[in-house]
Amino acid sequence: MAMNRKTKSKIEVTFIYLFFIVMFIIIGYPLFWAIMMSLNPGTNMLVTDLFPENPTLEHYKWLFTNPRSDYLIWYKNSLFVAVLNAFGSVVITSLIAYAFSRYKFIGRKYGLYMFLLLQMFPALMGMVALYILLNTIGLTDSLWGLLIIYLGGQIPFNAWLVKGYFDTIPKELDEAAKIDGAGHLRIFWTIMLPLAKPILAVVALFNFMAPFMDFLLPRIVLTSPENFTLALGLFNFINDQFSTNFTRFAAGAILIAVPIALVFLLLQRYLISGLTSGATKG
Amino acid sequence: MDNDKVNRKGGMSRPRNLATLLSIIFPGLGQLYNRRILKAFLFFVIAISFLVATWDYIDIGIWGLFTLGTIPREHHSIQLLLQGLIALIVLVFGVSIYIFNIMDARKEAISRENGVPKQTLLKGVTSFYDRGFPYFMILPGLVMLIFIVVLPLLFMLTLAFTDYNQYNAPPRNLLNWVGFDNFTALMKVGIWKNTFLNVFTWTIVWTIVATTLQITLGLFLAILVNDKRVKFKRTIRTILILPWAVPAFVSILIFSALFNPTFGAINRDLLSQINVMIPWLSDPFWAKTALIMIQTWLGFPFVFALFTGVLQSVPADMYEAADVDGGSRWQKFRHITFPHLLYATAPLLIMQYAGNFNNFNIIYLFNEGDPAVRGQNAGGTDILISWVYKLTFETNNYNMAAAVTIIMGLLISVFAFFQFRKTAAFKEEGRY
Repeated sequence: MAMNRKTKSKIEVTFIYLFFIVMFIIIGYPLFWAIMMSLNPGTNMLVTDLFPENPTLEHYKWLFTNPRSDYLIWYKNSLFVAVLNAFGSVVITSLIAYAFSRYKFIGRKYGLYMFLLLQMFPALMGMVALYILLNTIGLTDSLWGLLIIYLGGQIPFNAWLVKGYFDTIPKELDEAAKIDGAGHLRIFWTIMLPLAKPILAVVALFNFMAPFMDFLLPRIVLTSPENFTLALGLFNFINDQFSTNFTRFAAGAILIAVPIALVFLLLQRYLISGLTSGATKG
Repeated sequence: MDNDKVNRKGGMSRPRNLATLLSIIFPGLGQLYNRRILKAFLFFVIAISFLVATWDYIDIGIWGLFTLGTIPREHHSIQLLLQGLIALIVLVFGVSIYIFNIMDARKEAISRENGVPKQTLLKGVTSFYDRGFPYFMILPGLVMLIFIVVLPLLFMLTLAFTDYNQYNAPPRNLLNWVGFDNFTALMKVGIWKNTFLNVFTWTIVWTIVATTLQITLGLFLAILVNDKRVKFKRTIRTILILPWAVPAFVSILIFSALFNPTFGAINRDLLSQINVMIPWLSDPFWAKTALIMIQTWLGFPFVFALFTGVLQSVPADMYEAADVDGGSRWQKFRHITFPHLLYATAPLLIMQYAGNFNNFNIIYLFNEGDPAVRGQNAGGTDILISWVYKLTFETNNYNMAAAVTIIMGLLISVFAFFQFRKTAAFKEEGRY
């Protein structure tokens, strides 16, 4: 009987590992395939091989050195929007979250409901109006216009997330500081912000990565290639002549995916704890 | 004293009523009556500058909102509509200041009636700063939110009741309010009705199937990795999270190539071994199947990571108690693990559903919503949001796009309703 249970357990564990191996293949295959494609010589997809006979880095070289390639400009554009977006969104949302977490004011409760509702509406829904608005203030085909939309659009979700985190910081801390004569801004600056670092890091990271991953908004706002962000530029690579540019696209995509994936995997623990505490403990 | 005499009188000559009335007549007058000279001056200046700066804009805006212009080529209906909405927002803002002014005058007069000594200037400024502080904090964000999120949504809302499309567009033509005509067309006119029904049902199927699959797979994997007998947990977790770490637009485009019937590896390298060729991109059924598989690949790591985090917080003594009672593994999962996981993550899971409902990226990047289907003006894999995109940017049927958007908004509100009920944040509302 005891022997029997032991064998059963062994068989079970074997099956669990087998399942993991199948999952690893399913996860790894597309990524591995893309990497191998980027090493294939030439741009004709019909003659590519999973294991090319003479692998080459020519596509990577092309991206950086060919005068017809705007890759570096796109990288610069994306970085510009990403840095300002990360910084701006932390400032705006932490101010809002502080007010919502610590103060009573007219419209507070409905404001929270509004955030929850609005975060579910994708920006695409209001695209026509946004385009006309940007046009009126002369910010179409401009990275600043794109940045403003990102900054406004992130408010509902992030303000809600950060507010939830602020709520977990004991109120006794700021009351004690108030008795010691600290003003509103001082409490915010010396107590709330340092204690909320993990969630602020999450907000910064999310908003830093968004411009690298989003292609829809740039596609609507930006028109000239020198203003493109990476995602949009790469999409246009393959949009016109899919089969003839995929190897080049793969090279460009891998150069974005690798740094982002690394940062992501390094910070995953904070990401998850930030998300769950912000959203469930609230 | 004057004060005492006035105090005994009732009706209009009571200070509180008089101050209120004066402030209704013009902002600042009530404050002047209360002898709050600086405050009165401030309200006065704000009111005057508000009127001077916005009168024309609001006047034209409201007129435009009602008429949408009267002279073709000279009046631009869309700009008038937008101006009208902005005028409404500005008006709401102005009215709130006006009401604040009235309430302030009345409150001040009441404290004077009760003989509360007048505040010193410094104290007045401090209390203004104290009470106004939360408003200053949210103001920048609120302004951005109103103009970048709320205003565009309002604009879409109004567009749904106009006849704005490719053939009837400003500045050449004026637009008209058409009531619920667009919605009627969506429900009754042949091609619209067909398209709407197909896209709608597929959107629901897509949301439910794809999201449930990704949650189930994530849950299953989280429980397997959590098993005591499994080693190398950390490495396994890192690999399983990989699809989340790679930017989605990259992986979707890779899949799009993988499934490509002419050069994609799935047909060429894998299925050719068993002599099967599947039309992944040109047959709606197979395109949908591919989409659901891809979304499961993309979406399970988030759920997996989430559940892994929560699983570690399930109290061990509950399982021990179950062991004592002789509970089977399934019973333990059914009555301990599952409820615990669900309770802790419900809001985020609802957001997964809402996210897939709005998942424009995967539909558009994989196949642009294609293949085309006879008898409808959306592709075979289009969901509502990608259909709206096509209606707006490809065929310029703005009015229909707006009508579909409103229907989407109603559906999203259903998600939001469940979200409100499940969100712990509101259960602890009384804390602050």
